[in-house]
Amino acid sequence: MATEHDFDVVIVGAGGAGMRAALESSQRAKTAVITKLYPTRSHTGAAQGGMAAALANVEDDNAEWHTFDTVKGGDYLVDQDAAEILCNEAIDAVLDLEKMGLPFNRTPDGTVDQRRFGGHTRNHGEAAVRRACYAADRTGHMILQTLYQQCIKQEVEFFNEFYVLDLILDGDPQAAGEDGEVAAAGVVAYSLATGEIHTFRAKSVVFATGGAGKVFKTTSNAHTLTGDGMGIALRAGLPLEDMEFFQFHPTGLAGLGILLSEAARGEGGILRNSEGERFMERYAPTIKDLAPRDMVARAMANEVREGRGCGPNKDYVLLDLTHLEPKHIDEKLPDITEFARTYLGVEPYTEPVPVFPTAHYAMGGIPTNVQGEVLRDNTHVVKGLYAAGECACVSVHGANRLGTNSLLDINVFGRRAGIAAAEYANATETTPELPADAAARLENTVAHLRNTVGGEGTERIAQIRKELQETMDRNVQVFRTEESLAEAHGIVKDLQKRYENIAIHDRGTRFNTDLLEAIELAFLLELAEVVVLGAEARKESRGGHYREDYPTRDDENFMQHTMAYKRADGTVDLDWKPVVITKYQPMERKY
Amino acid sequence: MTATAEKPAEVGAIPTMTVTLKIMRHDPDGLDGREPGTDYWEEFQVEAHATDRVLDALHKIKWEQDGTLAFRRSCAHGVCGSDAMRINARNRLACKTLLKDLNPAKPIQVEPIKGLPVEKDLIVDMEPFFASYREIMPFLMTSGPTPERERLQSPEDRQRFDDTTKCIMCAACTTSCPVFWTDGQYFGPQAIVGAHRFIFDSRDEGEWDRLEILNDKAGVWKCRTAFNCTEACPRGIEVTKAISEVKHALNTGEI
Repeated sequence: MATEHDFDVVIVGAGGAGMRAALESSQRAKTAVITKLYPTRSHTGAAQGGMAAALANVEDDNAEWHTFDTVKGGDYLVDQDAAEILCNEAIDAVLDLEKMGLPFNRTPDGTVDQRRFGGHTRNHGEAAVRRACYAADRTGHMILQTLYQQCIKQEVEFFNEFYVLDLILDGDPQAAGEDGEVAAAGVVAYSLATGEIHTFRAKSVVFATGGAGKVFKTTSNAHTLTGDGMGIALRAGLPLEDMEFFQFHPTGLAGLGILLSEAARGEGGILRNSEGERFMERYAPTIKDLAPRDMVARAMANEVREGRGCGPNKDYVLLDLTHLEPKHIDEKLPDITEFARTYLGVEPYTEPVPVFPTAHYAMGGIPTNVQGEVLRDNTHVVKGLYAAGECACVSVHGANRLGTNSLLDINVFGRRAGIAAAEYANATETTPELPADAAARLENTVAHLRNTVGGEGTERIAQIRKELQETMDRNVQVFRTEESLAEAHGIVKDLQKRYENIAIHDRGTRFNTDLLEAIELAFLLELAEVVVLGAEARKESRGGHYREDYPTRDDENFMQHTMAYKRADGTVDLDWKPVVITKYQPMERKY
Repeated sequence: MTATAEKPAEVGAIPTMTVTLKIMRHDPDGLDGREPGTDYWEEFQVEAHATDRVLDALHKIKWEQDGTLAFRRSCAHGVCGSDAMRINARNRLACKTLLKDLNPAKPIQVEPIKGLPVEKDLIVDMEPFFASYREIMPFLMTSGPTPERERLQSPEDRQRFDDTTKCIMCAACTTSCPVFWTDGQYFGPQAIVGAHRFIFDSRDEGEWDRLEILNDKAGVWKCRTAFNCTEACPRGIEVTKAISEVKHALNTGEI
């Protein structure tokens, strides 16, 4: 029997977005934060370079320039009303964190210091601007720690190592139509420590579950970033928006995918090919190495493809920091240079660091409006259901996110979702009842997987996951074609079938991570299909989605968001949703 | 040209080796005829590269040989603090320890960190550890009206507590401390690091509240300066130095 809990607001996930939401919600309503990891383990802590805000502490800047850069950086797929909010509220978002105690680096006069980052420019593209507020190269770590510390201060109630694996809605989102109503009723979670299932009845539910980078093999993402929240929403009949847009961060440690912050280039680092050439001069003559990530990643992959890669297999390029003062490196980039030493044995003071693009960030996700309310179609919201952070799609990142805009996103829209969720809960008299069988789906899944131990299943989780990640790296990475996507699609469908025949090893109840890896893999398989499907349908190149067979942007046909729906029979349909344009008409994207 | 031609034939192919891991298991459920709560050693052989992390080897075991093996991990590059364990009798992060740095010719011994209740295999109950952290009021305390813009802080004042802001709460320090092993009341080094980060922050006004807590019998005077914590810290924090700075502040009344 499931243990039952009752809250006004339940927040799923305790990274930056979840805890920022919790700080708002818990002041206003009875709130629980349910998280699969201890809060301080969340992947917000791995973010390095900074958080964008036009504070203008070190040079002239304003929120409008930031908005323009965000829209252009996102290759005009950004919803411009959302981008305006993001950039206007950025300044307070940074100041709020400072007041909470975040130890930002400082200018000589004691204000928050700022540095350059890719795609952030002065006056609509004239030159790189210093907009990223930072704390060495561990800005995300500092944000995560500061938010956690504030949660301790506010005595926020956490359910640590509880895996939310099902969402209960009152009403059917795909049958509600124009006049019907769908509302959040709660979530169902699995306790890692005990193996018990818990139901959480709530007036408001906020999803802040992070990304799905483990769809790919080479990724900067944590092992735990398996897209659970997105997968749960999809299964609940809710759409996922723009899932074909995945960001490949240019500078992953070659062969490993571990992130080396763009701050390395913001502080003066240069990318070079096997000829020692600063090749970004050819691809982005004005801002060179500080072009947006999609352009830099493609340029790197192209250098390798044309034979100018480095190393024995000529399969990476070099990030050169050797012209920087070691003292400067130690002050501004201590962690990432240590990663190069630890994992590659390379000394960045004197040797360039081997790098190659690594799957980094899902621009797409659960569609929301600017209050964080989840959409069930292009216009209707699910009452009491919110999403924020990487799992959500507002959409402020469009087809390509600018560096430092995600730490901003989690703070601005985490806060908004937290406030909106609490206010909705307080304005709602009655909590929807959970159906008597609310826990049944998860109980059945768990029972089924436990029963596979020692059974006839011949497939292994790790093998299927490996094949999935390999096909995604091979076919759905920086360069995509009709053929590569068709291959990936076929393999993903085949792997989904093979998944039905898996067997796990662990039939225990306590800390059964084997069982959870199986559940996580199912989410990955479903999300991979949506990514591929969107990429097949989008016969153009825009931002992070590059089709070699359709190498240009096609605003006439594709300046719209994809909306993927999973139907009751398991098929996935695509629909389209218009982009919100306020003042920036699409133009050619040159840097 | 010659140099290229003389590159070894197996270009790009990194040689593998067989590594033995000897792992301390703990079975809370009592499966396969064991009593619930049984501790036992188990050896596994895996094919691995010298540049692989211990975490990679543990994953190979879990994914290819024995799915019941339980350990925590997330980021896999030393920033989330999930996978502190005792590797060859020293506290380290499994994701930051490369096999080549361990003499893989000999079995690599892996145990849970010490001093916290073991839950399953390499997983321990972290709650007592986090409870100590919460005790020291790890949040900025200020008085007076909130300024409109940021509170000012000079780069020098910011630098004063930089070292202790790096802490990822992995518990490698606390669970390497011989005092913590024997005295369940001691806050342990991490909580003192967490307090240091605020005590020496020029913006904070709660330093004497925290110092009073650390002056308690469970506090900073329990430290015997064994330096285990400093050696164990995967972030390179000078933990013992931070503790001695807290002691100095208590002795002199000066921050």
